[in-house]
Amino acid sequence: MTPLAKLLEAALFASARPIPSDELASLEPEASKAAIAAALDELREHYDVDGHGVELIEIGGGWQILTRAEYTEAIERAQLASRPARLSAAALETLALIAYRQPLGRAEIEEIRGVSVGSVLKSLHERGLIDVVGRGEGMGRPLLYGTTPIFLEYFALRHLEELPRSDELAVALRAEPRAL
Amino acid sequence: MTPAAARNAGSAFAPDQLPPSFIVELTEFSGPLDLLLTLIREEQVDIYDIPIARVAEQFLARIRTLELNEAADYLEMAARLLRIKAQMLLPRGDGAEAWDDPRAELVRRLLEYQQMREVVDVLERAGEERRSRFARAYIPLAAAPPEAPLALSLSELLAAVDRILRASREPSIHDVITRSVDVPGAITVIRALLAIRARARWTDLIARDAEPWLILSTLLGLLEMAKLGECRVLQPRPFANVEITSDAASEAA
Repeated sequence: MTPLAKLLEAALFASARPIPSDELASLEPEASKAAIAAALDELREHYDVDGHGVELIEIGGGWQILTRAEYTEAIERAQLASRPARLSAAALETLALIAYRQPLGRAEIEEIRGVSVGSVLKSLHERGLIDVVGRGEGMGRPLLYGTTPIFLEYFALRHLEELPRSDELAVALRAEPRAL
Repeated sequence: MTPAAARNAGSAFAPDQLPPSFIVELTEFSGPLDLLLTLIREEQVDIYDIPIARVAEQFLARIRTLELNEAADYLEMAARLLRIKAQMLLPRGDGAEAWDDPRAELVRRLLEYQQMREVVDVLERAGEERRSRFARAYIPLAAAPPEAPLALSLSELLAAVDRILRASREPSIHDVITRSVDVPGAITVIRALLAIRARARWTDLIARDAEPWLILSTLLGLLEMAKLGECRVLQPRPFANVEITSDAASEAA
């Protein structure tokens, strides 16, 4: 491996959170963007080709070394690490709406989901998956919510555009509205 | 045991307590729209031509056992369904004029909800993908760091209590004598002391057996003088003797 790839590997190993590309670039001021990208490619290939238990993943606007999925069960069985708790259906529905329509207020979420979402918003906020991004117009200037970098990290997304566009969603029930 | 199995077991063991209709644990639905979509799927009906009477009936049958805190959301939908059902019974105009389908708004909401459910599926898969990999270290969500403990030993604390007990006289709880606090008098005393000594200590101002009103007067006087800039008050560490120095600036003035 090139010295630059080794340097990036050390930094990625040291960090428990994904490191954005520009922060990786600051490790070696001499290196160009292209050189950093090439070094990341080299590191990823190194893990993939030589057969390592970890892999390099682009996630949440940055890069992170993660264990391969095939070892998860063994690691968890040995109680060395445990997977985070799954989000509830209510939490996922609320997150889905915020991800697509942010900034979004509580009233709009309740309108679409048909239930009150106060406690769900609170727990999503506590988990750092959403944040208040502004205040809406109108009565009481309602709080507007948006997703956070932790949201991208949780769902292993590079950026929000990685989610399918709403017109790409194959709505199972959707058909050309007939003349009723 | 799956929820369905639990349900069946429940109705098998206690047939008398339950109404004959189908009982559903509403917790398995994330809201009234979810329940409604499930009904529509189970009945395999066209979402653009919902047999509203049948669906409303099924909906009501399923919400017969409601948790109080969920009730409002489901009842609101039940009321909506019954209203649409009633509107459907009204006679329609004879083809010539357009008929406003009372179900249109419900269909729009169902489609919107269904679209969101598809995003949920995408997120769920993505979340599962990430959950199956570990990062190098698990970092719990940042909690506020605990307050630094007071650097104070037991003996220091006891010594402080001892000083307080000895500085004040025997406490007499029922014997309350009001003594007006004499701040100007205390200031005069402190000024007099500072006039002869550039530096004084708290224990120079207060005798060991001083009464509380005098301690209080002196303290207030001292603070007042410090505020006016007549002296500086310094305590090098907690519970140390307070050092009082006359302020050079005010001396010059």
